[in-house]
Amino acid sequence: MTARAFVSIAAALVVGLLVWKAIVVIGGYPPFILPPPEAVGGRLVEAWSDGIIQPHLAATLQEIVLGFAVGAGAGLVAGYALARSALIERVLSPYIVAAQATPILALAPVLYLWFGPGLPGKVLICALIVFFPIAVATMVGVRSVDAGLIELGRSLRASRRQILTTLEVPGALPSILGGMRVGVTLAVVGAIVSEWAGASRGLGVLVNLARQSLFDIPLMFATLVTIAIVGICLYAIVVLVERRLVGAR
Amino acid sequence: MSVADATSMPAVATETSAPTSDPARGAALTVRDVELTFRTAAGPRPALGGVTLDVAPGEVISLIGPNGSGKSTLLRVIGGLLTPDAGTVLLDGRRITGPDPAIGIAFQDPRLLPWRSVARNVTYPLELAGWSKERREARLVDVLALVDLEGTEAARPAQLSGGMRQRVALARALALEPRLLLLDEPFSALDALTRERFNLELLELWSRTSASIVVVTHSIPEAIFLGDRVVVLSSAPGRVVADLAVDLGRPRRLEALDDASLSSLARAIRGHLAAS
Repeated sequence: MTARAFVSIAAALVVGLLVWKAIVVIGGYPPFILPPPEAVGGRLVEAWSDGIIQPHLAATLQEIVLGFAVGAGAGLVAGYALARSALIERVLSPYIVAAQATPILALAPVLYLWFGPGLPGKVLICALIVFFPIAVATMVGVRSVDAGLIELGRSLRASRRQILTTLEVPGALPSILGGMRVGVTLAVVGAIVSEWAGASRGLGVLVNLARQSLFDIPLMFATLVTIAIVGICLYAIVVLVERRLVGAR
Repeated sequence: MSVADATSMPAVATETSAPTSDPARGAALTVRDVELTFRTAAGPRPALGGVTLDVAPGEVISLIGPNGSGKSTLLRVIGGLLTPDAGTVLLDGRRITGPDPAIGIAFQDPRLLPWRSVARNVTYPLELAGWSKERREARLVDVLALVDLEGTEAARPAQLSGGMRQRVALARALALEPRLLLLDEPFSALDALTRERFNLELLELWSRTSASIVVVTHSIPEAIFLGDRVVVLSSAPGRVVADLAVDLGRPRRLEALDDASLSSLARAIRGHLAAS
């Protein structure tokens, strides 16, 4: 990252905090409705040093990472199949779209009912929400690979596998990574929603605990900030991978 | 000036009986009664209606014909990319049933892999064929020298001019030392002057590699300038309507195109194109 980019990101952050503070001051909101940024920041540091956030963060991260891996893996395979087989597209499309159109919030309790409070159900919810954007991005990406390049590969007697690894994957990569940008942020949503359906640990659980049981609104906001930071960090990782893989084109 | 029709022209002395397999020489190509009909949603569309053609080792054949006469289709059949409905393609007497390492193809568009450097585009065929890194790099040096691309190894296709890109594509087509080179209007996207220069370079390249060449072109002067023979295809379904020898010495010079004696050949080609 260039110094200039860093400065502009820092400036955006400062402006955001100032706007937040201004809303609190001008609106005159009490801390149990909207705590000021310094109170949230203070509570975040305190909760972190007391070790309140870490176990919840670890649980949520585990759900996100596994859910993203499963959902992205399935999305890649399905997207490729959809791109290369008209039959598969016709057969699968209605189900895939139906699964995506059903709100994950409505689906989460059902999956909880089937899979219980353990990790598999949460990973599944996460994977479900990640699956769609990555499957679509992969399908679009693979379809966009120049047919001329595939013919070139054939003329050079490339095997099916060589065409996949040297032409289709690199050709579809920009689109796939675009899908992953969307997918990774949705993975965070999926993890929180899955925790709300029933869990003993996780940032989603902590949000509810802070609000309902502890009535510690600054902690609730501190948890929300943590969730946002997790999302930003994961997104940044995808962007970095993207720069690394396709930046030089 | 000798102008011979396909019918009156004696068969070129490269029948399949004596296959030459000297790897340093160009390959003999025999195309016999090749027919191909595309099955499209709008119904069958005949593309090739019985094409017969011989190319002697080291010969350059210009393939000319009206739009949609199946020139590119014929090139794809020869290159093993399309399977004909009837007829055979023989390379040194060996039947071509699919893409062949002895055949190099340069398409109308360069078809470079945009995410790869020039070097890795040129060595792409070698990579697919499983060559070791050392062998690939040694061959890269040779091929780049052949097409005057030294120093561009690290460049990306997007950084190159259209002409340079086409040169990279040519280098890639030459990487596996093909004995038959198929060129599908390789310079058609270039401006007229660049195109003339590239044609000269192509002939020089040919004299150094001694591969047989079939080059598809739209331009009569280009067909005459490049070819030992000019083969005229009819409109779809394509058939050979004329096979005209070009009575020009080698090496060819651009000025030779101004030769008045060639205008009768050009007129003959134009006549066949108009009649087809």
